[in-house]
Amino acid sequence: MSIKEADRVLPVTTRESDPTREKRSVLRPSRIRQYEPFVIGILSVVLALTAWQLVANSRIYSVLFLPGPWDVAQAFVTLFQSDDIWLDIATSGEELAIGYGMAIVIGLVLGLLMGWYTRFQYALDPFVNFFYSTPRIVFIPLFILWFGIELQPKIAVIFLGAVFPVIINTMAGVRNTEAALLRVARSFGASDALTFRRVVLPGSVPFILTGFRLGIGHALTGLVVAEYIAAKHGVGQIIAIASQTFQTPKALAGVVLIACTGMLLTTILYRIENRFQSWRPQIR
Amino acid sequence: MYDRSAKLAAKGVVIEYWLQRSRSLFTAVKGVDLEVRPGELLAIVGPSGCGKTTFLNAVDGLIPIAGGSLTLDGRAITRPGRDRAMVFQQPGLLPWRTVLGNVIFGVEAQGSMSKDEAIARARQQIELVGLKGFEDAYPLELSGGMQQRVNLARALLTDPEMLLLDEPFAALDAQTREMMQLELLKIWSQTRKTALFITHDIKEAIYLADRVVVFTRRPGRVKDVVDINISRPRDLRVKRDPQFLTYEDQIWESIQEELAAPAERLIAGIPAA
Repeated sequence: MSIKEADRVLPVTTRESDPTREKRSVLRPSRIRQYEPFVIGILSVVLALTAWQLVANSRIYSVLFLPGPWDVAQAFVTLFQSDDIWLDIATSGEELAIGYGMAIVIGLVLGLLMGWYTRFQYALDPFVNFFYSTPRIVFIPLFILWFGIELQPKIAVIFLGAVFPVIINTMAGVRNTEAALLRVARSFGASDALTFRRVVLPGSVPFILTGFRLGIGHALTGLVVAEYIAAKHGVGQIIAIASQTFQTPKALAGVVLIACTGMLLTTILYRIENRFQSWRPQIR
Repeated sequence: MYDRSAKLAAKGVVIEYWLQRSRSLFTAVKGVDLEVRPGELLAIVGPSGCGKTTFLNAVDGLIPIAGGSLTLDGRAITRPGRDRAMVFQQPGLLPWRTVLGNVIFGVEAQGSMSKDEAIARARQQIELVGLKGFEDAYPLELSGGMQQRVNLARALLTDPEMLLLDEPFAALDAQTREMMQLELLKIWSQTRKTALFITHDIKEAIYLADRVVVFTRRPGRVKDVVDINISRPRDLRVKRDPQFLTYEDQIWESIQEELAAPAERLIAGIPAA
């Protein structure tokens, strides 16, 4: 469930190679088997935290340099007792919501248009390639110059970060419509609009959602880096200030907050993806 | 000119492709003359790559013809229409739609039926092709044979003047294929729709058809037309009948002459069937 999934176009399970053409009656998994992924996952996390705590307790390094998980947890609680935290969360949340929201709406529309109309793609391809192959955070200084240090430069960089994965994956989804399905639609005299609505769009949904999911990672990167550089409030700003003032546990608490946000959003999108895939037989 | 006794009439049909890679014109079919009579099931067999599927695509209106004339009930075929429906070699089902949703897709695309009517009739059609109880199953949960039944039901629901079948059973295993042939004949005998059936399986052609047309190697033309005088209804035992075997020999020899063609005429460049 890492956000840091490669930015390549997702490798959709090809329908032809799907080994599960027939419904299989697999033995009902036992209770333990069913919860196995969670149990093993939790155990491994607990183990890692314990190891970290042990290393930290040995105090080879000072707390300022290497706090243990317990220190971080305490800093987390303290952080949430402070007055500013909700303002910081609200600020970052607003930047993220606006930037990412714009990115998925505009990215979806542009991606669909570029996938469906080849000429539109030819026209926009140079720009998409230019921006997509450039780390968008290089624009932050310019955005600060143009928009100041309020919300706008963060929204701009979040938008720019998230919009391209959405465009590119959506376009790939439209382009990857099976030729056989298009032929069936044509053979039955389907209009272009009906073909798009009933064949191309539903077939693109997994690609589109993958674009959304990849976009989250880019959006969070943009948010945090932009706030590191210049901000009045924000979770990125908390981390930056805490690091500069040697409040290492607090900085790590901020990191945990960002990480949890990313994991939460990614999980939600995974859930939605699975909902749209109910027709795909599941086999473990 | 127009023969009133023919449903589909092809006269000197030429079909050409532009091959992008070699930048050359490729003639798939050159001068096909044939007629399909009303209520007849006509099968076309021919060596691999002879243009029989290409010809069927032209009849469906998916590709244009470069010469000759192609008419259905006297009207020239220029595009897909409600009077024809194709059963494809690959089922071409929407994986996110249930069996019911896929069966109504044809009439939905045509816009020829209200949704309620389509669903009501689709249920009957699903029963007819032997898929009762699977209305809500998804294509990936079905076997290849069942997927082809959906493919067939989708075409039948549009109630076309003419049914076009493009090697619909080619990808199935031998036993399923035989069962599907039997079922197809059962279904077809209830409606007696004019049908054009493409196959490379000689036995299948003889078993199903009233007449079997043999295509030459590429560029395809009609080489032979064989009347199949085997009474209907036909069960699968017909395939061991001496009369059946005589037809099989005759058609096999006809095709073999084409296979023994000079190598250069059979080399690549043949677009996917």
